Amino acid sequence: MTASTLEKKPAPRASSAAFILKKATISALVALVLFSLMIGVRTEAGPQGGLIYWTRFGDLAAIVAAVFGGSIVIELLRQWWGPADKVRVVPPAVQHALSFTGRLIAPTLLIFTFLVPVIFYDQRYILDLAILVLTYVMLGWGLNVVVGLAGLLDLGYVAFYAVGAYSYALLATNFGLSFWVCLPLAGILAAFWGVLLGFPVLRLRGDYLAIVTLAFGEIIRLVIINWQSLTGGPNGVSGIPRPTLFGIPLSPGEDGLAARLGIEFSPTHRIVFLFYLILAMALLTNWVTIRLRRLPIGRAWEALREDEVACRALGINTTTTKLTAFATGAMFGGFAGAFFATRQGFISPESFTFQESALVLAIVVLGGMGSQLGVALAALAMIGGFELFRGLDQYRMLVFGMAMVLLMIWRPRGLIGHRSPTVYLERNQAISSDLVKEGHG
Amino acid sequence: MSGESILSVDGLSMRFGGIVAVNDLSFDAGRRKITALIGPNGAGKTTVFNCITGFYRPSGGSIALTHDDGKTIQLERLNDFRISKQARVARTFQNIRLFPGMTALENLMVAQHNVLMRASGLTFLGLIGAPSWRSAEARAIELARTWLSRIGLLERADDAAGNLPYGDQRRLEIARAMCTEPALLCLDEPAAGLNARESAALSELLLSIRSELGTSILLIEHDMSVVMEISDHVVVMDYGVKIAEGTPEAVRDDPKVIAAYLGADEEEAIAVMESGT
Repeated sequence: MTASTLEKKPAPRASSAAFILKKATISALVALVLFSLMIGVRTEAGPQGGLIYWTRFGDLAAIVAAVFGGSIVIELLRQWWGPADKVRVVPPAVQHALSFTGRLIAPTLLIFTFLVPVIFYDQRYILDLAILVLTYVMLGWGLNVVVGLAGLLDLGYVAFYAVGAYSYALLATNFGLSFWVCLPLAGILAAFWGVLLGFPVLRLRGDYLAIVTLAFGEIIRLVIINWQSLTGGPNGVSGIPRPTLFGIPLSPGEDGLAARLGIEFSPTHRIVFLFYLILAMALLTNWVTIRLRRLPIGRAWEALREDEVACRALGINTTTTKLTAFATGAMFGGFAGAFFATRQGFISPESFTFQESALVLAIVVLGGMGSQLGVALAALAMIGGFELFRGLDQYRMLVFGMAMVLLMIWRPRGLIGHRSPTVYLERNQAISSDLVKEGHG
Repeated sequence: MSGESILSVDGLSMRFGGIVAVNDLSFDAGRRKITALIGPNGAGKTTVFNCITGFYRPSGGSIALTHDDGKTIQLERLNDFRISKQARVARTFQNIRLFPGMTALENLMVAQHNVLMRASGLTFLGLIGAPSWRSAEARAIELARTWLSRIGLLERADDAAGNLPYGDQRRLEIARAMCTEPALLCLDEPAAGLNARESAALSELLLSIRSELGTSILLIEHDMSVVMEISDHVVVMDYGVKIAEGTPEAVRDDPKVIAAYLGADEEEAIAVMESGT
């Protein structure tokens, strides 16, 4: 390997220059063909309805020249950078510094998150956004169990989110149960649906599994739309009770929290309460996941992702292991759903479309499958970034898509691609993402 | 009979459509003995392995495993993970199947899944960090450490399994299989791709597993020097049937065996003859 790279290194400059020129010329030709009609000829309806057209060869020439120049620049950059798949050796000093800052990121982020309601107390918009981000962090962490750890590609995660939300909404509006009773129930119901989904799909792998889970997500949504007598159909469920601080409502009334504490009532109290509620729930999810990874069940999930056949040879029941992964992920999704319902006060099937599943999956993949910190960062980047680009109107998706493509080229295994071992004797060293498998269903 | 042999294969057949991979094969593997299953490529050795370890369900015949306490388990009635869990049969693979993204230590911890699962109270006791779980985990790490030092990989316990050299991966896979504390260890070409020194170390390891831990070993092997050195009993297969059986010396001089190897693969036949001199 080293020998071959050494041989290749003194490549003749002239031929590489010719190669760049050839490539740029081809790109320019393609651009010429493509843009000659799109830019070179401009057509419009004339005053009498006839077609009038005129040519814009100047613009066309500029575009083609830009493509020519751009192609040369990109090729030069590529040669300077070397082949994309080359494994780059990072000097130990840099690695050490990176791991040091890496270790600092999580606590800093956590402290900052705790202080968000204090810093941005007056800014309702930021508080709402923070709650939204935390909801997706929690969803991401929940899905991370299924996709990141167990390696089961689940495209229908929103189904469990919906089950949780509707469980809380229906139990609270029909039976008057409080949020704190409904929260575990929503989680249990979602986990139950997770197992129910798990059974038929256990034999499937990879693409097939993804398609079935996708269908399951749609089925849940369609059932909710069509089961009008129970769910209210497309009209949704409204008047969902707000959460209380263990029985004390956060309302302006006599028995409200503000009155009891003797402070002036402000609607922000409830927002801050919701913020800390979802933060606590997300942190619980994180804690449980970190604990589970160090337990035999978590190791079995990861082993399943690495090699299912070897798992079976070691006496691991792959069926129950997969089911527990589905159920655990679904349970967290159910919790998040219950929170979503109580925050919104109104839910309808429109909130549980495939787009939500795709967004949560994108967060997990972008964050680095299996990495808790990566998922949190990715949720912040995705949801926060989405808001940041709000001013760009219809180009928002374009910019966002481009950013994701670039990120995936730069870090194909997500923001934090390496894996940290669950147990160690001497050194707790991260495992390179090249070795960690993505799972195949 | 039950004291003599741990595994008794009787009339085993395996057909894939019209192809008969194994036809009416019968042999016994001795308790606390090393039994080698040899034969030219395509003789059906790995198919026999897959039947014994539950990856294939045999078309016919019976595979009986008798534990030390005299309890007999019909392996052809169990499937995949239960063979390892209940019958305590562990196996390795021809093309190594470690968990490459997990450390050597983690690989050995995964192997103790069923023991640890019970100790962690199906996860719930483990989640709250119960003392019984903690001590069970410590014991599991200790067992893993013992095996790592036995295969000489203690220094690399925290390295990803996928980063280890080939020979180390082979040994780690054997250690992982042994961490399930099996009664019968099935090794599918453990010496494939090893150099002479590594092969010698492997032979030593297998002999120590047999003598110190009393684990019975069934192995498929092409490396005749390993087979001749460590096997107590050799079963030779060709085209899905048994053509010879006996001590290494008896098998080596059997004209049918030499013919089978000569007919199939010249190099291997020469290897057989050379290892005899």
